[in-house]
Amino acid sequence: MNTALLPLVTGSEVTFWIVAPLAVLGALGLVLSRRAVYAALSMAVSMIALAVLYASLGAPFLAMTQIIVYTGAVMMMFLFVLMMVGIDTPDSAVETLKAQRPLAVLMGVGLAALLFFGIGGAVHYAPATVIEANAEFGGNVEGLANLMFGRYVFVFELAAALLIVAAVGAMLLSHHQRVTPKLGQREQAVERMKAYADAGEHPGTLPNSGVYATTNAIGAPALLPDGSIAEKSVSRTLVLRGAAVDPLPLTRLTSQTFAAIEAVTEDEADE
Amino acid sequence: MMNPENYLILSALLFAIGAVGVLVRRNALVAFMCVELMLNACNLAFVAGSHITGVLDGQVVAFFVMVVAAAEVVVGLAIIVSIYKTRRSTSVDDANLLKL
Repeated sequence: MNTALLPLVTGSEVTFWIVAPLAVLGALGLVLSRRAVYAALSMAVSMIALAVLYASLGAPFLAMTQIIVYTGAVMMMFLFVLMMVGIDTPDSAVETLKAQRPLAVLMGVGLAALLFFGIGGAVHYAPATVIEANAEFGGNVEGLANLMFGRYVFVFELAAALLIVAAVGAMLLSHHQRVTPKLGQREQAVERMKAYADAGEHPGTLPNSGVYATTNAIGAPALLPDGSIAEKSVSRTLVLRGAAVDPLPLTRLTSQTFAAIEAVTEDEADE
Repeated sequence: MMNPENYLILSALLFAIGAVGVLVRRNALVAFMCVELMLNACNLAFVAGSHITGVLDGQVVAFFVMVVAAAEVVVGLAIIVSIYKTRRSTSVDDANLLKL
């Protein structure tokens, strides 16, 4: 086979043209999606794409670190905080500064153009590639270790100090002092019995959510024997969010079936 | 061999998108993620630089950037959580007590 007729396409080039659009799409998804969780997931796509690029650039250690540290630790932490602060708070569309959005986009285009012109033509020779540097100590990890514990050992120590300070600082920031004493089991029981004595509130467990022929979701309230809704069978949070289901349409199917069964037995009784 | 400039241009593009995101998004968490995207773009430039020059120093720097980014995320998220505890909001517009 004549290899001269084939275009000179290397593996890393194919990788780049597959992965680079993915990275850009992920970045655009991060900026454009209205829900924070979708933004976080697009960000993860972008980060994994970058990890693949690192691997194709002869940096397998960084590729693995990227996946473990960024998509593993950092994005999970973002998702934890998203769940804590409520994912339902949408981004407000109100502009506090006039014409901020168009100006921001214009600035972004300008920045990109500036960087492109700065970079364009700056590299006009073939890359040296890190193949030799990787092979020098028997591998990429060994080469990085040689630098990290050799020339950059002081930076390494500083990074360790930084991580300790960050961890302690985060604990200090998220720590909050109790203003009321914590209620134990005994205090809660006393309170419950007091409510029973004063207001006649039921001291036992709260009723279950309703079980219907078509659903037993926790949003469906249970019905009392007289057909009225048991208010306490659905969590207040669900009611506030509007996730509670109206039980009347749910009971209709059951009552229809019961009516049909009754009709049959009446027919049989007639015969 | 592909022109290594492509990596630098991709990194510049991601950096610009991240910068626009920081300016445009009001949710503190999303703005923070855009900052992370900018850091990632810089990392790509460092690794590409290592590829171009043929020494591993760029990769070491990218590794340290990752360490700093991880530390920054920890502290930043703690600040966002403590602001959320007091203001019940993660919008950057609501944290304006220092404004004159």
